[in-house]
Amino acid sequence: MLIFEHSSEGRNGAPQSPVEKASLSALPENLLRKTQAALPEVSELQAVRHFTRLSQKNFSIDTEFYPLGSCTMKYNPRACNSLAMLPGFLNAHPLTPDEQNQGFLACMHDLQSMLCEATGMAAFSLAPMAGAQGEFAGVAMIDAYHKSRGDDQRKEILVPDAAHGTNPATAVMCGFSVKEIPTLDNGDVDLDALKQAVGPQTAGLMLTNPSTLGVFERNIEAIAKVIHEAGGLLYYDGANLNAILGKIRPGDMGFDVIHSNLHKTFSTPHGGGGPGSGAVGVAERLKPFLPLPVVTKENENYRYLTAQDCPESIGRLSAFMGNPGVLLRAYIYMRFLGREGMVRVAEFATLNANYMMAEAKTRGFTLAIDSRRASHEFIITLKNEARDYHVSAMDFAKRLLDLGYHAPTTYFPLLVPECLLIEPTESEAKEALDGFMDALEQIKKEAKETPELLHAAPQTLPVKRLDEVRAAKQLDLAYKG
Amino acid sequence: MPFIPHTETEITQMLNTIGADSIDDLFDEIPVHLRAAVMDAIPTGMNEMEIARLMKQRAELNTKALCFLGAGSYQHHIPSAVWEITTRGEFYSAYTPYQAEASQGTLQLTYEFQSMMTALTAMDVSNASMYDGASSLAEAILMAVRANRKSKSRKILIPTTVNPVYRQTAHTIVKGQQVELVDVPYDKASGTVNLEQIKQQADGDITAIVLQQPNFFGCLEAVDEITDWAHENNILVIAVVNPLVMSVINPPGEWGAEANKGADIACGDGQPLGAPMSAGGPYYGLLCCKQAYVRQMPGRIVGRTVDLDGKEGFVLTLQAREQHIRRSKATSNICTNQGLVVTASTIHMSIMGAKGLENTAAACFANNNKLVEKLTAIDGVNKCFSGSHFHETVLVFDEKSGQSAATVLAALMDKGILGGFNLSQDYPELGNAILVCTTEMRNDDDIEAYAKAMKEVLTSAVKNETLAETA
Repeated sequence: MLIFEHSSEGRNGAPQSPVEKASLSALPENLLRKTQAALPEVSELQAVRHFTRLSQKNFSIDTEFYPLGSCTMKYNPRACNSLAMLPGFLNAHPLTPDEQNQGFLACMHDLQSMLCEATGMAAFSLAPMAGAQGEFAGVAMIDAYHKSRGDDQRKEILVPDAAHGTNPATAVMCGFSVKEIPTLDNGDVDLDALKQAVGPQTAGLMLTNPSTLGVFERNIEAIAKVIHEAGGLLYYDGANLNAILGKIRPGDMGFDVIHSNLHKTFSTPHGGGGPGSGAVGVAERLKPFLPLPVVTKENENYRYLTAQDCPESIGRLSAFMGNPGVLLRAYIYMRFLGREGMVRVAEFATLNANYMMAEAKTRGFTLAIDSRRASHEFIITLKNEARDYHVSAMDFAKRLLDLGYHAPTTYFPLLVPECLLIEPTESEAKEALDGFMDALEQIKKEAKETPELLHAAPQTLPVKRLDEVRAAKQLDLAYKG
Repeated sequence: MPFIPHTETEITQMLNTIGADSIDDLFDEIPVHLRAAVMDAIPTGMNEMEIARLMKQRAELNTKALCFLGAGSYQHHIPSAVWEITTRGEFYSAYTPYQAEASQGTLQLTYEFQSMMTALTAMDVSNASMYDGASSLAEAILMAVRANRKSKSRKILIPTTVNPVYRQTAHTIVKGQQVELVDVPYDKASGTVNLEQIKQQADGDITAIVLQQPNFFGCLEAVDEITDWAHENNILVIAVVNPLVMSVINPPGEWGAEANKGADIACGDGQPLGAPMSAGGPYYGLLCCKQAYVRQMPGRIVGRTVDLDGKEGFVLTLQAREQHIRRSKATSNICTNQGLVVTASTIHMSIMGAKGLENTAAACFANNNKLVEKLTAIDGVNKCFSGSHFHETVLVFDEKSGQSAATVLAALMDKGILGGFNLSQDYPELGNAILVCTTEMRNDDDIEAYAKAMKEVLTSAVKNETLAETA
């Protein structure tokens, strides 16, 4: 039932606004609204109950194991939430003079410094509000760098075919054309193809390492050399930074610009799809182009750098300072971990993934890439099950929901047929991993013996499989009464 | 270990299963000479008690001054229930509803959000939100370029009465796609754009015009007249609106004459509907459009459908527009929305209802009139523009005040008043002007306190000057 269907005309039990409506008669009649907006008219209790019940229809990290590959669904410590919501932070107007905003700015400055150290970059901007905006900032900086040198011919961005969809979409948004580079069966970028592809038109290469195939790019130094010798820059998509945090730094691998998904690696909540943060870091030569605002420290005081300070900046990406509430949560999380905790993130995320991969193999599953180490995630391909029992990766995913597990990422990366991309994260105990592998094994057995169970899944959730074709054809995007 | 549950026994068991001697062995594909050293610049870890102390100290450093500052972020009352429910783990720690059956809570809520946004703006369709108001304007501009197929110029008119940081953000985001943003100056008397000035800039083929209502100065634009003119000239209208104010002001879907009614795209910042100011975010960008342009919409959209048994349910829809399907041909690179803030906002609107929002908006307006009346009664303080304004007003200090906007604001700050936004950098032509804002949260005592402080600041300034002259 929709909140609108709980509505009754004239009901409003909430003591949340002025009781009387002040007169608007001083405003011209033609500028006033003629009919009341059709919002629900419910009591506060009705609203509270409705949305509490809706929340219970969600799977979440707090309620289920959520091994959604490439999304790093780790525990979001509660203290990060409560401390980011202290009144001193919540009531801070974004245009408060810097001198009156020192507590917040100090946190942001510390966060910039810690991100520099963790990634090996020279400077960071916290402005981008999501991974995709971080990518935008990164590619826009690559563009600005080349143009600042009068190098106007670099119109092409290279992207491995295993990349996230945001990579090519971003390059196009920044005015570049995109060329895809093939990936070898062992998961590494096809270096020969890369050498063929580079030239004076190459602006840069966007690379995720470890890649979306869940393996570390072993030729990273050679790749960096090829790109740099061609005059291009190397972009690090930080989607999988969790796998290597504290073990190897993008800056040391030769990357010139990176974005870090703070909502993944640094555990800010995914919130049903955002807000995130895609903070960007750069090597020294790209520093002048960082998006604003950036926080600097001068004589023990913090202040925002402005366009006057940074005339070559690519500019602003948001009205104010990105998503400060998210940045505060990331900051608090990093202070919890400290330098020793960062390394442990990569270690235990990798331990969990390799353990599950070994278990998957023992239990008869086919791995997308066999005989290599997993990073923090790995891929099972269900192509044999699909062929033999006419069940799909989607059927496996839906059946997992019935058994109380959020499904891994399905059908991504696009290179692997019928795949499940599994990322357990470091915060899950062995017990949860074993439970999940038992469930997966049970489903494999069911696929052979009772495939109808998979086809009909899920059965235990608020709804069964939904008609997506109808949703797209008979568009119903808003309640119209 | 913080947030890592493994016992020594389990680690050993797991390594045995893997066939590795140590955790470090799992990283043996990484070249040894590239391995990171100890990260000295990062402090060692803290426990929750220590972090709580640190964060409370830092939060205390921020000002507690009485806020009369708006300019795109507003201090409104938020019912306690809003964030209590929003931060339930099931909303807080879920992700994008890729598995629809396991995400009906987030999906239904998003559908309800879209419904509320279309109700407030009187537009046909809303998406599931963009990052913030400024970036939603940038996406609205790119969307207009795709949607207006008859226009080839990629030229967009933007009055300078649109929030300067929105214009800057739009510039950053659209410049890679050869979109030209053309400034339109405003009328110095009214603080709004007039059609004559627009026509002067509208030389040849124009793709779209942006109109902010209320505009950055808090003034109300003549949206009907401009919308009609735009549509007659095959120009799309992009509205930038404050959604709270739309509860009482003619919404973008109703702009212009009946025949070709409504802005084509509406965007804006959802912050006034349930998001705390929080140093600038997270907020969310609203983005609505006419039905005809829905396939040009960027970002996520939720649709209502049925399951195998014919039961109502909700899914992400029209995904063929998006980057994970279309890659380089997507409508935008956007992947996420601002889900959690949208959750808060949907609960906020449900609890407030249309009546609650109307009363809130009307109180903002009434309070601003009270404040402006009190402040302009002080010698040297004048209203800058003649037209109607909503809950923000431009005040200018004349020669009698003998003060720059910056010094007045700094002196007010010393008295615990965050007195407004200094306009002299973005609009030097206005002289020593500030933008003052009131919400429903400023009561008569607050307004009185501001007026008293202003009087003291200006009087002491005059006194000092007189003293200086005498000396």
